[in-house]
Amino acid sequence: MENTDFINKRGADYKHIKGWGIDADPKNDPTYPMKRRTNEEHKGYTWERPTQQAQTVEILHSIERPNLTAVFGTSVPPSGLSGMIRRMAFKKSENEYGHWLPLILADRVNVVEGVIDDFMHGTFPNIFVEKGYVAQWRHDKPGLFAKLAVVAAITAGAVFLMTRKNDDD
Amino acid sequence: MLAMNYRGPKRVRIDHKPMPEILHPEDAIVRVTRSCICGSDLHLYNGNVPDTRVGTTFGHEFTGEVVEIGSEVTKVKVGDNVLVPFNIACGKCAFCRQELYGNCHESNSQATAVGAIFGYSHTAGGYDGGQAEYVRVPYANVGPTVIPEGMDLDDAVLLTDVVPTGYQAAEMAGIQPGDTVMVFGAGPVGIMAAKCAWLFGAGRVMIIDHIDYRLEFAKNYAQCEAYNFEEIGDLAVFAKKQTDSLGADVCIDAVGAEAAGNAMQTITGRKLLLQAGSATALHWAINCVKKGGIVSIVGVYGPTDNLVPIGNVLNKGLTIRANQASVKRLLPRLIEHVQNGILNPKELITHRIPLEEVAEGYRLFSAKLDNCIKPVLIPPSVKS
Ligand SMILES: NC(=O)c1ccc[n+]([C@@H]2O[C@H](COP(=O)([O-])OP(=O)(O)OC[C@H]3O[C@@H](n4cnc5c(N)ncnc54)[C@H](O)[C@@H]3O)[C@@H](O)[C@H]2O)c1
Ligand SMILES: [Zn+2]
Ligand SMILES: [Zn+2]
Repeated sequence: MENTDFINKRGADYKHIKGWGIDADPKNDPTYPMKRRTNEEHKGYTWERPTQQAQTVEILHSIERPNLTAVFGTSVPPSGLSGMIRRMAFKKSENEYGHWLPLILADRVNVVEGVIDDFMHGTFPNIFVEKGYVAQWRHDKPGLFAKLAVVAAITAGAVFLMTRKNDDD
Repeated sequence: MLAMNYRGPKRVRIDHKPMPEILHPEDAIVRVTRSCICGSDLHLYNGNVPDTRVGTTFGHEFTGEVVEIGSEVTKVKVGDNVLVPFNIACGKCAFCRQELYGNCHESNSQATAVGAIFGYSHTAGGYDGGQAEYVRVPYANVGPTVIPEGMDLDDAVLLTDVVPTGYQAAEMAGIQPGDTVMVFGAGPVGIMAAKCAWLFGAGRVMIIDHIDYRLEFAKNYAQCEAYNFEEIGDLAVFAKKQTDSLGADVCIDAVGAEAAGNAMQTITGRKLLLQAGSATALHWAINCVKKGGIVSIVGVYGPTDNLVPIGNVLNKGLTIRANQASVKRLLPRLIEHVQNGILNPKELITHRIPLEEVAEGYRLFSAKLDNCIKPVLIPPSVKS
């Protein structure tokens, strides 16, 4: 690993400590049978790695590791405002809210970018179809009507409040 | 090619996307023949998994035909019909070599706390998934498994996730002969966990949900007892009454982040995203299990925090075991179980939906409409 921040300092000799290891019991392994324990991790990041995939698009990587994984997904590289937020998020570790909360924010910004992108390509997203309401129409008409009624009530309420404000002016 | 396209919370559609390409010598391109929608997809669908980018294609449970392979692929060839485990794993890292295929170190750059999963957000590696006509399958020498002669594709596709996950849930629960097992969640995963609990010698299996048609299905399919949590009152009291006050020997959480049943958890976990999903089922599992008992978690939660009674874990001396299923590790045994008729996964499939109607499929499965247990998407190129 070229990145010298990541070191493997493990497995020193502690035999001078009285009683060291006398009760070690390899059978006491709560990971069995999920794991065939070999303790290979003790050697650090030293296995023979798969061929490295060439990086053709921007890939953000966790700062808790030194490199890109040998293989990675290339779908939807970061772009636009959401991409800027995601790049910022990846400056923080997975251990921090400062990583995850901006990512959730970026996801929401990305939805708006998606709608704008649809408009730019001359399509108007068919929300009724995208939300799968066709299925709800087929199998749960009362549920769909209830949903629509709630939306209608909220819209009517909002319109009412807005027009009332106007009256006050 | 046609592919599912995520547009935002609860908005998906079918779109034309470029064909996937070989990007690595160990890649294969697979023409999808079956692709399921999973409870895990609902976390993405609801917008609860951080770094779920608009334009992504979901889908981690699929079978298909290999149509192209990279120069280093030796284990499958063009024309093979394969089932593809949902975990993307290199087979070479310290974790893969210890059979933790759900925890590979060479497939997810974005996060160290999650392995890589097909079509499961950038937090799980940024790969497009199999709810499409074609899909890129990395590490084709490791994951894809040739479907045995005579095996039904519907059985094969459930071996990519539901069967191994349900089985591992029971396995991690450390069930001993005679144990009383409580399974939370009567979705495909919970039903399979209940069924598999018997294979480990359970003495009594109870499954808990609040959707009656699912409980009815579970009762018949997994030959277990089924209870509606909206009818039985306080779960912990119920569990204690059923076990002479001691508690269930093991509890399995097969619900995860979309859990219902507790308003505070639902609001903070699912609506406000103040925690990584609603942890109601896990909370109940911890409080229903006996002292010194085991809680096995396969229900999926997000990467931040959840409100669970960790003090009770301590004071009761519980063991918690959890993971993404290590599909490849379990496949040989589970293929045998399917071939010998011990497990009949395809009976879980209630809906066959054309890929083009993917948005309806998501709504149907997410709102639990039309008595849906498990929906499978069929691409247009596949006859039936
Ligand atoms: N660990 C893994 O490898 C892995 C693999 C696949 C799925 N999963 C996870 O397993 C879980 C279940 O998947 P599924 O496909 O069966 O989903 P599903 O949505 O079909 O089933 C979940 C069920 O839980 C029920 N439920 C909700 N709240 C509950 C509560 N408080 N107590 C009991 N039941 C409750 C729902 O009514 C529903 O029937 C999901 O979280 C999914 O992400 C994990
Ligand atoms: Zn799944
Ligand atoms: Zn690996």
